[in-house]
Amino acid sequence: MAIVGRAALIVTLALVAYAALAGGYAALRGRRALAESARNALVAAFATTAVASLVLMAAFAGHDFSLVYVAEHSSRQLPLGYTLAGFWSGQAGSLLLWLLVLTGMSSAAVLLNRRLVAEVLPWTVPVLATVGCFFAFVPVVVSSPFGTQPAPPNGAGMNVSLQNPYMLAHPPLLYLGYVGLTIPFGFAMAALLSGRTDERWLVATRRWTLASWTFLGFAILIGAKWAYETIGWGGYYAWDPVENAALMPWLVSTAFLHSVMVQEKKAMLRVWNVVLVTLAFCLSLFGTFLTRSGVINSVHSFSQSSIGAWFLGFIAIVVAASTALIVARLPLLRSRSRLESLVSREAAFLYNNLLLVAFALTILWGVAFPLLSQALRGETLTVGPPYYDFFLKTFGLPLLLLMAIGPLIAWRRASLPSLSRSFAWPMLAGVSVGLLLLAGGAGSSPPGLVAYSFCVVVLGAIMLEFVRGTRARKALGATSWPAAFTSLVARNRRRYGGYVSHAAVVLLVIGIVGSSAYGASAAARLQPGQTLGVGAYTLRYLGATFRPGVNHDELRARLEVFRDGKPAGVVAAGKNDYHVESFFSSAVAIRTDWRRAEDLFVIGDQFHRDGSVDLKVVVNPLVDLIWLAGGVFLLGSLIAMWPDAREQRRLARRTRDLEALAHA
Amino acid sequence: MQPLPLVLAALIAAAAVLAVAMPFVRRPRRSSERGPDAQPPQLELLERRDRALAALAELEFDHRTGKIADADYHRLLGPLRGEAAEALRLVRGTARRAVEPKRTTQKRRRRAVPAVASKEPS
Repeated sequence: MAIVGRAALIVTLALVAYAALAGGYAALRGRRALAESARNALVAAFATTAVASLVLMAAFAGHDFSLVYVAEHSSRQLPLGYTLAGFWSGQAGSLLLWLLVLTGMSSAAVLLNRRLVAEVLPWTVPVLATVGCFFAFVPVVVSSPFGTQPAPPNGAGMNVSLQNPYMLAHPPLLYLGYVGLTIPFGFAMAALLSGRTDERWLVATRRWTLASWTFLGFAILIGAKWAYETIGWGGYYAWDPVENAALMPWLVSTAFLHSVMVQEKKAMLRVWNVVLVTLAFCLSLFGTFLTRSGVINSVHSFSQSSIGAWFLGFIAIVVAASTALIVARLPLLRSRSRLESLVSREAAFLYNNLLLVAFALTILWGVAFPLLSQALRGETLTVGPPYYDFFLKTFGLPLLLLMAIGPLIAWRRASLPSLSRSFAWPMLAGVSVGLLLLAGGAGSSPPGLVAYSFCVVVLGAIMLEFVRGTRARKALGATSWPAAFTSLVARNRRRYGGYVSHAAVVLLVIGIVGSSAYGASAAARLQPGQTLGVGAYTLRYLGATFRPGVNHDELRARLEVFRDGKPAGVVAAGKNDYHVESFFSSAVAIRTDWRRAEDLFVIGDQFHRDGSVDLKVVVNPLVDLIWLAGGVFLLGSLIAMWPDAREQRRLARRTRDLEALAHA
Repeated sequence: MQPLPLVLAALIAAAAVLAVAMPFVRRPRRSSERGPDAQPPQLELLERRDRALAALAELEFDHRTGKIADADYHRLLGPLRGEAAEALRLVRGTARRAVEPKRTTQKRRRRAVPAVASKEPS
């Protein structure tokens, strides 16, 4: 069936090429039938990509090793879930998944918005199809998943670090995030090309941006959880270039989600918003280039390949074309109003934007530095975690404080009495908690202490917003307190969903600061019966066990755990020996104490013939709040994304009024 | 080579061609070849009106919650009301301007019809 998959991909390339060329001509000349034909081509491209994907998925499920890609990324011993995940575990298959998500999202975005932005759509189709052309060209010409060979009896298996449940979810979520950023970019460019730079393209893409941002953020978190459990060094984020590659577009999208509100409320930052959308898309392409070109060393990247040059060329074209278009359309993007005061919500959003973008660009510099140093000086110079940690504190702490200021400050202008009235309680709470923590010994990390105090200010601000808003709704006639609360959230889902997301960031910060600034670790070689103490924990080594399996054998060091002298169960850490892949991997033991949100993290490093084992034990205080933040983050995004009937009515009324004016 | 995969591949290509050709095959709509007009200036006015009204509503609510002090509220209310009134005035003005030339044209047409009719042979 490889021929069906290959044919489907070739047809996809033909369809997106047609959609780009015919769609562009139709938009330029105003040919509606041709524009519809181009739109149909884009939708049909999704169908043909789905056919190609099904063919590849069926080949994995059926262990069809006559496909080189299937043989290289699966084996008969692999459990079914991982076998199917083999689809995206290599370069060619993951590019096919990328194309599937891209054509699927493009089709959905074009079909769902055909009424709201009817005049922009003729240009949206060719822009999205042009991006599709590149991503269809690569699996057809450069890296095909449908290459065939005489079928070997078994496949080479899957990269063992990918054999983890989180890895089943991480790549598809990441692609939904990365690719989703194409949609706002496509609509922004189409708005510029069509000259329709009114608010509608923002409305049409707002949920897409929010969804991409959510997917990307959640994918980063799932990736961190995977690294925490699989890589086995006791941490979850190491400023690895590929991890950073996902973080950069997420930071820029975060900036966009804030600045878009300024455009909606004040008709300001119109150029800035288009620039942010373009930057987020380009950074998502750059991240893909980093992962796939093999130019950087990362545990996450694919092997060295020739694909990087194609990506680099495409990024250069996108940057040049979008910059030229933005410059050409600058008169259309002129702001309608000005910043009235530096102490206002729009000013707070502007500061937030500058910090977020500065942080993203700082990371970009750190990621690109080895590439530039190699290109310019012939030697690869890298920047390590201290560089990123410094800028995380420099930009992160003011950003945290702005999260408290933003919700409490008024639009346009805020006076000192208003500010002092709004900030008194949150500030008092922040300072009090800071002093208590200082008394409790948290002063060992001054940035950590400041971060915790700011977290309390942010939580105070969020609570104040909910309490005051609910009280106002009750005073306005809500029948009960729950009804007032529901009405408050329902009337402004974006604002209150945003506050829930802010609460998620606070949890994340508490978790990161707790685990990185206040953790403890110890390492020792233990004989059976010997103990090792770390923080409040004591571990006694009971001995090693061996368990053979179909896919891999398990070697474990069993340890009895005591916390504050009381028994707290048994953990087992060690190694897995994967047969087909001929690879040893770490299998860490994590004992979670949900009451304290704390992990005891045990690494069984080396097993010796005399029965002893090299152990490393890490205590990660509050680390589980990071994973809890993921759930809260999803809740906040869901609230913000939920369709808003009031806004739909407002837009419908505007469209009606516009038609009435046009036909008067 | 087995025939089934080839037939399937051909079917995929045929379905794609059909999807692309559909808009040309279907009965054309009246406005099928009309391109999009330039951005109507009324849209900008309507956006301005909606923005001003939303800002007023938000100011009102923020004042109720206690986020905005009385003095700030009164200082901001005037300009915002002014903006909303100006936006509404402009929208109404545009509507009137759009209606008046149409009425004039209709009157001219009504006057022109008998004149043309009178020239026709009885």
